[in-house]
Amino acid sequence: MVEKKYKTAPLKSWDKAKEIRLNIYKEIAEAKSKGKVLLGGGAESLIALPTGFDYAMLVGEPYGAAISYLAKSDPDEYMKYVEASEHAGYPRDLCAYMRNYIGSILRDKYVFGGPFPKIDFYLQAGFCDTHSKWYQAVSDITGRPYFSLDLVPFDWEIEGESEKTKDLKRKYIVDQIHEAIAWMEKQTGREFNDETFIQGVLNECESTSLWAKVCIANRAIPAPLDEKTMLSLYVLAVIGRPRNDVVEFYRELLDEVEDRVANQIAANPYETARIITDSQPPWFALDLFRLLETYGVVSVGAHYTFGLSGGWEYDEENKTWEAGKTPQEKGVEVKTRDEAANVLADWWLRTGTVCRGVRHSGAGKIQRIMDMVDRWKVDGAIVHLNRGCEGTSLGQMDIVSSLLERGLPTMTYEGNHADPREYDENRTFARIESFMETMGLKQLYEFKKGE
Amino acid sequence: MITAGIDLGATYSKVVILDDGKVVGKGISKTTLEPEESVEKALNAALQEAKIDKGQVERTGVTGSGRRAIKDADVVATDVTADARGAYHLDKEVKTVIDVGGEDARAVKVGENGKVINSAVNDKCAAGAGAFVEAMSRAMQLSLEEFAEASLKSTQEIPINAQCAIFAESEVVSLISDETPREDICRAVHDGIADRITSMAKRVLVEEKVGLMGGAVMNKGLVESIREGLGLDPIILPDPLFVSALGIALMAADQED
Ligand code: SF4
Repeated sequence: MVEKKYKTAPLKSWDKAKEIRLNIYKEIAEAKSKGKVLLGGGAESLIALPTGFDYAMLVGEPYGAAISYLAKSDPDEYMKYVEASEHAGYPRDLCAYMRNYIGSILRDKYVFGGPFPKIDFYLQAGFCDTHSKWYQAVSDITGRPYFSLDLVPFDWEIEGESEKTKDLKRKYIVDQIHEAIAWMEKQTGREFNDETFIQGVLNECESTSLWAKVCIANRAIPAPLDEKTMLSLYVLAVIGRPRNDVVEFYRELLDEVEDRVANQIAANPYETARIITDSQPPWFALDLFRLLETYGVVSVGAHYTFGLSGGWEYDEENKTWEAGKTPQEKGVEVKTRDEAANVLADWWLRTGTVCRGVRHSGAGKIQRIMDMVDRWKVDGAIVHLNRGCEGTSLGQMDIVSSLLERGLPTMTYEGNHADPREYDENRTFARIESFMETMGLKQLYEFKKGE
Repeated sequence: MITAGIDLGATYSKVVILDDGKVVGKGISKTTLEPEESVEKALNAALQEAKIDKGQVERTGVTGSGRRAIKDADVVATDVTADARGAYHLDKEVKTVIDVGGEDARAVKVGENGKVINSAVNDKCAAGAGAFVEAMSRAMQLSLEEFAEASLKSTQEIPINAQCAIFAESEVVSLISDETPREDICRAVHDGIADRITSMAKRVLVEEKVGLMGGAVMNKGLVESIREGLGLDPIILPDPLFVSALGIALMAADQED
């Protein structure tokens, strides 16, 4: 047996992350019986927007991912979800999350138990093209109303967007926030509470900034976290970033991760090489990270894992990204609905990186990925050519070329983040083994499936 | 020292016997659902050619997509590493290896001492290069040799779907019923496959000298299309079917006690 280079320890925050996630899904199931407003919507939108109500929100993408986990534990049950949506005419080249979600509605089955929750309304955000139609389709099926938010992110910094255009985009979103609030009040017949909204906005900024700080801590050698674990941690910010318990969780997590760095507690005690990945992983097949571990490889993150719920601010001087400074950190006081709307719009536009990758040219995403290679001291990259997501797969082959030109060993594999029919595990594993040999790495211990 | 290199591929099992680094025997058999038997057959043929008893083999290396089926080998490595090692042994100037097998195609960038710098393997929808040409030659009722020869006589390029073998096959059927000259159809098939292979190879940033290996590169028509697709002049490595088996046999010989 090869000797361990570093000490390791289970992450203390792990159980709490699981508990909060399940609580959120439970609250959704119970929302109506508790008299709450229940809405649905997309992950990369303005999640703090409904916080002016006593509410629960079912965020579509992580819910679609939760269904895809079934592909591992109960493949027959999983197939019933996709078949339901495909039989209704939603084709296989649509976002796999969306197909799972629609399957869940059509089967009237909530994957966490019971019937699909009775959603009052949907907030539709223009993210990728699929996303911009997601809740329109859902509204057609369920008859529930939806409000469309047209969210146009800032260009990547490399594009040199003018301040004037940025101001116009900010104003455009602020106007839509006001319009959406008025619409939600009308739909629910309830009054919007500005105080809870202001807190929700501040929480959204803080949780996403904290997640960026956690990712930054992973620059350390040995890395305190591996990506497989990070995937279970970032999701709380995706589904509940305006919540008090989620902010509190990230504060504690950051403390714990910084403590691991200070004490050299490694995610992988054998850490011999560090990689990054691209796009969402195949959620039902996270074993591939375990296979990497047997070679001493730690995946330190991904543009996606860092960015979907991370608030990153561009540092013009050093041409890099750091954790966004929250209004609280800057001493900005937020007292009115309009001020909160401005903070929310500005935060989303300025610190969201994944939304830019989905909507804008590849140059900025490539710059961001190269920055990760440098700052996270990366030795190789694994790119998931994700056939289930039109958004994150945009420009992937350009990224691969750029990484190769830079001399970074880079591997691709085809798959789908939420539909196992497009993922071939044997083939992917064979490819990873070749890639490990290419990187000059030896397997340190035997890989056992499912561990 | 006598070593055996086994390449258990999806279509063929190949074995090379080395005596102090010199090839003394080669054997091949079709890979069946009983991979151990296929290897046994190829191994026996190689031993027979080498006039060596099985008991004299001191070390064994195994590679190929079915390598896990063979237990107790001294060295196990993926095709990528074995390809690079074998190609480097055959020609020290080769910097890029393109291996076109029955079910897979791969490109390997070779560095100093045969070390792998980078590699790329075809994605799912570009799989089955060699097998696809075989299927097309059957569809046109030609032997593989006739199919390759015909392609070299083609006078016009006809583009066919380069991504999907299923669509390509139906296009070939339409071309046959349109009475397109058979030479041009054969070339179109090779061009389509070559397009898939070269775009995959470009991912490792192809550098000359390029060495071709694998069973499918014995098809001259396909090689011509690959040559055009790359815009370079690749060489065909000696005994292209056995380069991987040679590489893994060399690795077994290199292994320190
Ligand atoms: S970005 Fe990908 S996962 Fe998100 S909605 Fe679009 S296709 Fe689906």
